[in-house]
Amino acid sequence: MAGQAVSAGTSTWDRIKKWTPIFIIAPSILASFIYVFVFAGWTFYISLSDSTLLPSYGFKGFENYVSLWTNRRWSVAYNNLLFFSLFYVTISMAFGLLLAILIDQKIRAESFWRTIFLYPLAVSFIATGTVWQWLYNPSSGIQFLVNSLGWTDFQFALTTDRKNAIWAIIITGIWGSAGFSMALFLAGLRSVDPDIIKAAQIDGASWFRTYRKVILPTIGPIFLAVAVVLLQFAIKTFDLAVALTNSGPGISTTFPATYVYDFMFQRGEIGQGAAAAMMVLAALAIVLVPYSLYLVWRRRREASNG
Amino acid sequence: MADAVMGTVVEDREAAVASRRRLISRIVVYGLLGLISIVYIVPLLVVILNSFRTNAEIGANGLISLPNSFRLDAWPQAWSDFCIGGQCDGVARYFWNSVMMVVPATIISTTLGAINGYILSKWKFPGSEIVFGCMLLGVFMPGQIALLPWAFLLGQIGLSNSVYGLILVHCIQGLSFTTLFFRNYYVSIPDDLLKAARIDGAGFWRIFWKIIIPLSPPIIIVTVIWQFTGIWNEYLFGVVLNSGANQPITAALVALSMSGTTVRTYDVMSAAVLIGALPPLLVYFFGGKYFVRGLTQGAIK
Repeated sequence: MAGQAVSAGTSTWDRIKKWTPIFIIAPSILASFIYVFVFAGWTFYISLSDSTLLPSYGFKGFENYVSLWTNRRWSVAYNNLLFFSLFYVTISMAFGLLLAILIDQKIRAESFWRTIFLYPLAVSFIATGTVWQWLYNPSSGIQFLVNSLGWTDFQFALTTDRKNAIWAIIITGIWGSAGFSMALFLAGLRSVDPDIIKAAQIDGASWFRTYRKVILPTIGPIFLAVAVVLLQFAIKTFDLAVALTNSGPGISTTFPATYVYDFMFQRGEIGQGAAAAMMVLAALAIVLVPYSLYLVWRRRREASNG
Repeated sequence: MADAVMGTVVEDREAAVASRRRLISRIVVYGLLGLISIVYIVPLLVVILNSFRTNAEIGANGLISLPNSFRLDAWPQAWSDFCIGGQCDGVARYFWNSVMMVVPATIISTTLGAINGYILSKWKFPGSEIVFGCMLLGVFMPGQIALLPWAFLLGQIGLSNSVYGLILVHCIQGLSFTTLFFRNYYVSIPDDLLKAARIDGAGFWRIFWKIIIPLSPPIIIVTVIWQFTGIWNEYLFGVVLNSGANQPITAALVALSMSGTTVRTYDVMSAAVLIGALPPLLVYFFGGKYFVRGLTQGAIK
């Protein structure tokens, strides 16, 4: 299109006009380029350097990565990430799908129900995490309530219990983002061709069978999309862990993202913090690169079929 | 005739069974929705009610109970008296820091996104697809990768520990999102519309103002809501790049809930949390439809 503008004339004015868009977008391109490539490259270089309290540029190879992977705190962090991802992603999806199917039953005041399930997404994990931290507090929250109702043996002290503190983060994480998977699943359910559903019902398929055999298989790609986005949330989990447990008790709820913060800004181990940051990036790449390739492949296939 | 009677009886019975089954399924659906929504509403209700109760009563009856007392004092205390990190002037300062940060950052990043999206969809140049692809990568960058470079860069240009520094960070961070939103929206505007304008002699800006912008309100609203809530709720950069009195509200909320070594003043802290959560909540309640659209668009990425 820019080419057509040029062919209209070749005066200086026309040439300036031709370059206008490129001039205007150039600063944004430069800023994005610096943000994506220079920043990532710089952090990568720091991860190979002997930086401690301040950045320094003495090269020491992959030593920071070696000490990272031999650090017990880091093994706690990535084990937590794996455990958290597994339960957070699967339960959020199951719960979101249940909500979407319930809302899909031609209910009254649909937008009212959707509003309730989605509002946690508008609020920061800092605010919701703070409130949930109070609810987990055994001397004033849920345990206190149940105890005072008469069940005096009831124990629900997740955040103060090393072994179970991660469940506090999982539960709050699910509470915060099940509405998101509901929104995506609902959009998917609504996009299914109503004729197919009608045909299944005419054939005498039950409600349950219609969902299992007809509707859910057609929204398969949405399952994958929701899983990928939730995994991305899980890998970036930081705010929630800070607001709920601050990585504690001890180091039991350390995550890769909180590890980075801790080593860079609390312990003055910038080099190792940068190495941990690179591992967060690597984890994202492991999830996102295959997914993007799959999307490209699917688009090509659709283009050649249609 | 007997057959006919039998027939209607059977039909009636079938209809009765069907309607009973329908009733049961309705009860199950609304029952489940009601139960789950209790889990969703209770935390919000708890924090609202506790901001109006006395702390002594919260201590005696727990956080989750029906209020026995009512007072408004917690709100002005949270706003202007509460002690955070040795400073006893409430969350007001941090709230205004967030406002000063979120308004310009949202306006600038949305404007740039609109112009970039317009160029990348309607004024394509050699390599523009590659440029778009590279800008997209910014969407996936974890904040942790950018922490050290930002700290260094802001130090170099004299913006460390200032709200202006955070504005810059959020503008550049947001660029990939806003460009993506606008570009995907503008792609669906037919090129013929622009071709006709161009034949009439309209240039780059004229087309933008006269054709593109009048078609844009829906995507502008989505992008503004997305950027506003995202920047308001951001914590990592706010706590790492700024300190003390220059931090945004999210950092202040963490500081005040961590400083609970003595008796926790749940009433005042509840009011503080609500003050911090109010702007995005209002945006959500008034622009819910667009919020959800942004969410699903942001997810497809």
